[in-house]
Formats: sequence, structure tokens, C-alpha cells
Amino acid sequence: MSAASPAHDTHHDDHAHAHPTGLKRWLFTTNHKDIGTLYLWFALAMFFTGGVMALLIRAELFQPGLQFVNPEFFNSLTTVHGLVMVFGAIMPAWVGFANWLIPMQIGAADMAFPRMNNWSFWLVVPAAILLVASFFVPGGAAASGWTLYPPLIIQQGISIDMTILAVHILGASSIMGSINIITTILNLRAPGMTLMKMPLFVWTWLITAYLLIAVMPVLAGAVTMLLTDRHFGTSFFNAAGGGDPTMFMHIFWFFGHPEVYIMILPAFGVVSAIIPAFARKPLFGYASMVYATASIAILSFIVWGHHMFTVGMPAAGNLFFMYATMLIAVPTGVKVFNWIATMWQGSMTFETPMLFSIGFICLFTIGGFSGLVLAVTPVDITIHNTYYVVAHFHYVLVSGALFSLFAGAYFWLPKFTGKMYNESLGKLHFWLSVIGFNIAFFPQHFLGLAGMPRRIPDYALQFAEWNMWSSIGAFIFGFSQLLFLYNVIECIRSSRKAADNPWEGADTLEWTHLPSPAPYHSFETAPVVK
Amino acid sequence: MDAALAARNRETMTKLLVICVAMLGFGFAMVPMYRQICESLGIAQTRAVGAANTQVDASRSVTVELVASSGKLPWRFEALEREVKLHPGQLVTVNYRVVNTLGRPVTAQAVMSTAPSEAGKYIEKQACFCFSNQTIGAGEERIMPVVFLVSPKAPKDLTTISLSYTFLELPGSAS
Ligand code: HEM
Ligand SMILES: [Cu+2]
Repeated sequence: MSAASPAHDTHHDDHAHAHPTGLKRWLFTTNHKDIGTLYLWFALAMFFTGGVMALLIRAELFQPGLQFVNPEFFNSLTTVHGLVMVFGAIMPAWVGFANWLIPMQIGAADMAFPRMNNWSFWLVVPAAILLVASFFVPGGAAASGWTLYPPLIIQQGISIDMTILAVHILGASSIMGSINIITTILNLRAPGMTLMKMPLFVWTWLITAYLLIAVMPVLAGAVTMLLTDRHFGTSFFNAAGGGDPTMFMHIFWFFGHPEVYIMILPAFGVVSAIIPAFARKPLFGYASMVYATASIAILSFIVWGHHMFTVGMPAAGNLFFMYATMLIAVPTGVKVFNWIATMWQGSMTFETPMLFSIGFICLFTIGGFSGLVLAVTPVDITIHNTYYVVAHFHYVLVSGALFSLFAGAYFWLPKFTGKMYNESLGKLHFWLSVIGFNIAFFPQHFLGLAGMPRRIPDYALQFAEWNMWSSIGAFIFGFSQLLFLYNVIECIRSSRKAADNPWEGADTLEWTHLPSPAPYHSFETAPVVK
Repeated sequence: MDAALAARNRETMTKLLVICVAMLGFGFAMVPMYRQICESLGIAQTRAVGAANTQVDASRSVTVELVASSGKLPWRFEALEREVKLHPGQLVTVNYRVVNTLGRPVTAQAVMSTAPSEAGKYIEKQACFCFSNQTIGAGEERIMPVVFLVSPKAPKDLTTISLSYTFLELPGSAS
């Protein structure tokens, strides 16, 4: 797209607003870029927190037998690792990108509700503290798995109440953030920025935000019922009082499946921005991308039963969920096809953002395929709750959501910081991540097919070899993430000025209309998009 | 931000909040919906019965007529229901009532008989007042259960059984 005036808004740098400094600036900021930065650093911190737990898990599983941790603590580790990564790392990271990019990409000055934006972020922090602090209360952190299934969750101690409170707070924060994002996109677009001209990252976030306001309240309801079962004598899920634990699974997964798309849709947006930029071709099939995203979002509400093929639903129910789940592979396939078609005959270069995006396409597709395998009811009945499932969701979440977060971070760092990151270090980070990731998670397919259950601290001897490889891969992957941290800090401190548009093929407003670094206040007078 | 835009933003926010509240309600509404669906599809029932007893032959039913006879004892003895219809293998509870109208305590023993008499070996009792003798005080009324099933081995043409109890006073019980 192009705009009427290519003039830069550098003059906004010496804007009349008073800028508090230091701690106060960050505590009270209502600036979308500041809040985006807060979210991104917070997410990175939580990523390393969850990562330490993952490495403890893999250290324990390096060999059969109990080496480092006792089984109860092991269960807490898998539970809190999952919760921290989902709610603390991936989701806040996407909200961080949304804050930074959405106003710039639609030509708005800021988010629609800047003060609520500040609240959304600062709510996340106490929630994270609650989650991590629950390790230190009597009874240890929640050990029910991140899915919080009763009856276990009804029986454990005070840490469950902390976890439930954390989920409530995170839900409130997500809902506020989503309302802000939807309102911004619907009401604050620059003149000429029609819906079908919006960059795909904005589109995917619009749909994600709708998913969030539709399912976060359902999760809030589910954990509230857990809380009243625990403390106020209700029996929603407590079989002893006539409740039904299976019902919790239905409610949880009604939230849970859309939730996995909440984590992946913005990734589709980022990859749809990066692939055209480095292939130097416009995105193939823009409109079909929008419709595919919307169909995925709608379908995601009718497939939750694929997480519960083994609970004894009637055969007709199992069949329905099986076919509905397979249907999702169609719009997902459309997307993968479009990305490949975009690269086709493009004049491609392979800078770090592009590497991570291509890595995303290859590995996410593997995750999609293992998802299809799991969607086949009779197959799932034999491999449900095995390491095959663990392999599946790490392919879609790590090499899917996380890789595209890295791709986005490298892509927009020059715009965020005004400096260029170290390209060779970025490439090293990519290659170590890909290699470590595949060594860690590919063997888990074999382990699952051979029958190794998930969430166990010890295992039968025949699983020893692939577990050893998996742990080695996990440590390679884990430690190579320090390269990313180093690269970001080094980039911020370096003196390599980035060009306003360092990427030849990037054509969204933040590249074409704003200098690098993007000024504190941008687009106070909206650009006109043709 | 001008006032018109702020108003429009607030309106959007209100609409979105309505969705949120509706979805929160939906989360809780899933509880009765779930119960209703399970019930109308018979899922919950299959699960409960299936777990409790896989021996029930739901393909046929047997009617058991309940008969009470006091024999030579002139007190009141009756079955609370006239008959029960059940599937072979299904455990049922029926109740009999005895009222001692004789003005003295009585010790008596109930004896079972069935018609047709071959049906007797297919009645499997788990609890019965006929397992031991009963001492009933003067003027006392007692409700006495029988817990039994009809064996799934019962022949298919056995569709009606009369289950009858007769009380016999034990010698020496009159004091
Ligand atoms: C073609 C698309 C996909 C299909 C057909 C699919 C299918 C499935 C199925 C059938 C399961 C249940 C396995 C079991 O528990 O036995 C599952 C689990 C899971 N999937 Fe997917 N999936 C797809 C994409 C995704 C994506 C994009 C994500 C996230 C970004 C994702 C995240 C997960 C997670 C986290 C679990 C495990 C939840 C748990 O039990 O802890 N999936 N998937
Ligand atoms: Cu799912």
C-alpha cells in the first residue's frame, strides 16, 4: 500500500507531552510502544522461567530412575511449565507485538484505551508472581497438569487457589487487552485503510482478540466452579457430591482448543508479513488468507472433543469431532500453500527473520500432520496421553508460535530500537534452535508410538535411548536461547544505525512512513492510505 | 482524541463487554446443558449401569408378581407392590409389610415358593427377611425388604413368576 505523503513524523520526538522517567515512566505509561516493550520483556523473562522448569524436567528424564526431583515436584514442574509458557510467555509476547505494531500498521496514534492498556499489562505481573510463588507454599505448586483437571485439582492445597486466582487475573487482563485491540482496529484506522487493506498481522490479531473475548470468560467460569467445589461445598465436578469430572473437560477444552489458535493466529500474521518481504513479492492470496484465518477461528469452537476421545463419548460424538478436526487442516493447508506460492520464483534472501519463518513453515506443518494423526479417533485412543501428543504440541507451539515470535523480533528490532542486530549471531541462534529443537522433540514421536506416557518422572528401560537424545536436544535448544537474549541487548547497545526500511520488500506503514527507531508518538495526524 | 470518537470507542467496548458477560453465562450454562444432553442421549445412564453391572439382559423383561400369605397366622402380611417388571440380571428391591395384630409377640419363619416352581432356582436373593426367623412384638408393624434378581440364565419363555411368601409360626414362640 502507499500513502499520500511520504513525510516522516520525526518532529514528534520533541512532543509537548511531559515524559516521566525511570520507574515512574514504566509504571504509569499509557504509550502503546512502552507497553509493548514491557510485554515483550516480561514474556522473555517468563520464557526463561518456564525454560528452567523444562530443563529440570529433561534432566530428570535423561535417564530412567529418579535422579534429581521427587515425583510430586516433577508433576508441579510439568504443570507450571505449561501454564507459564502459555499464559506467561507466548500470549503476552503476542500482546506485546500487538501493542507495538497494530497502531503503526493501521496509522493510528495509539491504542483506543491507553489507560486500560496500562492495567492490562500490570495485571499480568502479579498473576505471574502468584504462579511462580506457588512453588514455595506447603504442598507445592499445582500438580494437576496445565489442564487443571479435577479430581486432583480439588484435592491439592493452597497453591491451587493461587493458580486459580492467577488464571482469573490473566483472563481479565486478556479480555481488557482484546477489547482494546478490537476497538483500536475497528475505530482508529487511518483514512483509506479499509479492512481488506489491513496487514495480515492486524487481521489475525483482530480475529484472535474475538476468540479471546469469547473463550476467556468460559475459562474463568470453569475455574470459578473449581474454586466453589473446593471451598463452598458445590459439586460441579466432584463425583462424591454427584458432579462429573468429565464435564470439566468439556468446559475446559471449549476454551482450550480456541486457546491454541489464540497462540498461533498472530504467528500466521507475522509469517505473512515476513515471507513477502524477503521473497520481494506481494503475499499470494491475501483475501484467502483472511478467510482461512476466519474459518480456522470459527471451526476451532466445534472441535474440542478431540482432546477427549477416550472419555466415553458416544461413537457419533467421536466421529463428529474427528471429521470437524480434520476439516481445520483445510484452511491451514490453504495458508501453507499461500506462503509457499509467495516464495515461488521470488528473489529470496535468507536473513534471520526469513530463516525463522521458513523454519516455521516446515516444522509447523509437521505439527499439523501429527495433529491429523491424533485426530483419527481409533489412533488417538492408543496414543492419547503419550509423548506423541507432547511432540505434536511442541511442534506447533515451539517451532510454530515461538519461532514466529523470534522471526518477528528480528524483523522488527530495527524499527523498535533503531539499531541493527548482529546477523551472524541471529543465524547461529536459528540453526542451533532448529537442530536442538528437532533432536529434543522428534524422538518424542517414537517414544509416544512405543507407548511412553506423558507426565511421568521415570520410565521403562526400553525408552532410555530416545529420552537421552531428547534431553540432549533440549539442553542445546535451551542454552542457545541465551544467544537471543545477548543479541537483543547487544543490538540495543550497538551503534549500528538501522535504516528506516532495512528490508527491501517490507511495505507496511511502519516501514514506509516512520523512521527507525519509531518515534515515541507516531501518526498523531493520520496518514492517508491509497 | 475527539469526543465523537471517544463515544464510538466506548460503544464498541460496551458491545464487546456484552459478549464477555454472555460467554461467562454460557460457561455456567454448559453445566445444565451437559446434564440434559447426557440424560436425553442416555449417556450418563449407560455409563452408570455399565460400570455397575454388565450382566443385565436388557433385551427382555420378566414380571414378578408378589404374593404374601399368612398361612395359619391370623396377622396382617402383604406385599407393598403387586408386581415388578425387571430385566434378568437387574437387582431390584421389593418390600413386604407385616403387622402383628395378635396382642402377643410372635416368632415366625417365612418360606418362599414360586409358580411355576422351576422358577425358584432362577431367583437369586441377596437380602431377604426369610433368611432368619422374625420376632415381631405385639402390635408392631415392620417393613421388610427383599433384594433379588432373576438370573439371566432363566429360560426365555419364563415371562411371569409368582413369588410368594408364607409365614409359619415357630413352635414355642407363644409365651
Ligand atoms: C491441523 C491442525 C491440528 C490438529 C488436527 C490438531 C489435533 C490435535 C489433537 C487430536 C489433539 C489431542 C491429542 C490427545 O490428547 O490425544 C491435540 C492436542 C494438542 N494440540 Fe493440536 N492440532 C492441530 C493444531 C494445533 C495447533 C496449531 C496448536 C497450537 C498452536 C495445537 C496445540 C495442541 C496442544 C497444546 C495439545 C495438547 C493439549 C494437552 O493435552 O495438554 N494444535 N491436537
Ligand atoms: Cu485441540
